[in-house]
Amino acid sequence: MIDIHDVSKIYQMGNVKVAALQNVNLTVLQGEMLAIMGPSGSGKSTMMNIIGCLDVATSGRYVLEGEDVGQMNDNQLAEIRHSKIGFVFQTYNLLPRATALSNVEMPLMYGDGHNRRTRAMEALYKVGLHNRALHRPAELSGGEQQRVGIARALVKNPSILLADEPTGNLDSKSSDEILTVLQRLNRDEGLTVLLVTHEANIAEHADRIVSFHDGQVVNDVPVTSPLIAGATVSAKRVDS
Amino acid sequence: MNFFTTFFTAMDALNSNKLRSGLTLLGIIIGVSAVITLMAIGRGAQESITSRIESLGTNLLFIRAGATNQFGFAGAQGSAANLTLEDSQALIDPILAPSVGSVAPETQLRGQLVYQRENTNTRLIGITPEYLLVRSFEVEEGQSITPTHISMAAQVIILGPDVVEDLFGLREPIGQTIRVNGRDFEVIGVMKSKGSGGFGNQDDQAYVPISTAYYRLGTQRTPQGEISVQTVNVQVRDDDATDAAVDEINSILRLRHRITDEDDFTITNQQETIEALEETTNTFVVFLGAIASISLLVGGIGIMNIMLVSVTERTREIGIRKAMGAKRRDILSQFLVEAVLLSLTGGFLGVALGLGLTQVLDGVKFGSTTFNTSFSTNIAVLSMAVSGGIGLFFGIYPAMQAAKLHPIEALRHE
Repeated sequence: MIDIHDVSKIYQMGNVKVAALQNVNLTVLQGEMLAIMGPSGSGKSTMMNIIGCLDVATSGRYVLEGEDVGQMNDNQLAEIRHSKIGFVFQTYNLLPRATALSNVEMPLMYGDGHNRRTRAMEALYKVGLHNRALHRPAELSGGEQQRVGIARALVKNPSILLADEPTGNLDSKSSDEILTVLQRLNRDEGLTVLLVTHEANIAEHADRIVSFHDGQVVNDVPVTSPLIAGATVSAKRVDS
Repeated sequence: MNFFTTFFTAMDALNSNKLRSGLTLLGIIIGVSAVITLMAIGRGAQESITSRIESLGTNLLFIRAGATNQFGFAGAQGSAANLTLEDSQALIDPILAPSVGSVAPETQLRGQLVYQRENTNTRLIGITPEYLLVRSFEVEEGQSITPTHISMAAQVIILGPDVVEDLFGLREPIGQTIRVNGRDFEVIGVMKSKGSGGFGNQDDQAYVPISTAYYRLGTQRTPQGEISVQTVNVQVRDDDATDAAVDEINSILRLRHRITDEDDFTITNQQETIEALEETTNTFVVFLGAIASISLLVGGIGIMNIMLVSVTERTREIGIRKAMGAKRRDILSQFLVEAVLLSLTGGFLGVALGLGLTQVLDGVKFGSTTFNTSFSTNIAVLSMAVSGGIGLFFGIYPAMQAAKLHPIEALRHE
């Protein structure tokens, strides 16, 4: 599904060249839930931007569902972002003026745009926010805003969901809600999920953890028994 | 991205900052309404000048006698007594001059008019019955000059309204006898006022039969003893026959005057006079329009300014949209449509305001001048189009700035 081969990304900072990624190899399979870990500056965000087609690698090959993304121009990249990739951001990045529904509808403006309202409602339904569709972001809690963000990523039926620190701004209860949604999408609907985080207990929810350090993959291990989000909460409920 | 989506997105963005959008609109509104109002004032002035010339009559040609030339000293145009009453009659010829409609010869002299203790000096015009028709005069009261008056060289006179006022005040002039250059004349009519202005006061003159002017009041004769006239007014049969009429008159008169080289008469075309004046006044109208356009330009710069601010403010939004798959042209069209929407709305409201101002100013007295305004649909459509163009022109740069933002940098923007 994702095949990254010998990818490097080099930034020119004045006279100094900084390598954010160095000869990275990474393969992600269809239906996998993958966590990317690493301290800040390790290159995990750069990796995410390249996978998300927001940026292109300086060298190496990136093949996404059989298409060589490295050779594409701006418009083709936009096309790929539109058809295959759903972004979830740490800071939600919702449009403050628009309602939850309009926010979810927004990506559909850039495609065929049929039944936008219905499709947006369906996406909100999947994250359980269909009854708050007409609220503006300011009227929603952090967790709810992030669920709107997930709905917005889902509405185009992407091949991959890229979540960059989706729980970074949330308390543990909301984090758990978000992880529940992500896990359910991965397990029930077979959506490939890439999760960037620096918290180990979040990463433990994935099937596999790839660790970055100084622009290189230092560790790539499967998780033997992934944590199930929502389980602890319901377990506590059973206890009490 | 389809047009309606872009349109509503732009409406939404403009709506979210009403004060700012409103102030930007105001710049365009002022510009467009200034263009429309000033052009309307200019056009109005132009039309009133044209209508004054046309009050002389329409489709007119004036034939004037040539200048005297004695031992190389040229006299004034019309001073030569070589245009005759017979000449003017010869022009009424359906075969040789099919384009000539009516012909009205005239001869002018000064006269001292006396009624009881009042007297006035005015211009006397010797006319034929056709004169009133050709020069669009109307008798307000009494009767006009008839062919009988001409054949009898009757001592009758029609007075202009200003002359009536000088001699009679509020008294009834019809049927009274006045003395003109020492002879008794009966007042048979009063002309309707044409208003003064531009080309001599057409109300301050009096009209006598052309034969009377010749036999009783003693105007010039030709060396052959014919009655000379200074001007022959010719009304052309219809608008586009003017050139043909000039040719026909030329050949008839050259034949009659046995001319082989230079004409001893001149033909002036009223239409040419109007065109020459219109050319002059056009410069004036364009000048007014140019001044007003400066404010439209300033309005356009206002749009550009606000769009640049808007792009900076919404950098993050642009980043989000790009991450969601918006292409460069999607972002470009979004901002461009906003700019054009602003300028077109401004243009529309400006036309409305300009139309209102044009109506209000029409006929308003300002000092000694009266505004005459003439609203022109062409100008309105043109300024709408220009304001749309201004939106495009000044909107394209900010929109391009927005479109070329890098999605990652735009997303990082606070």
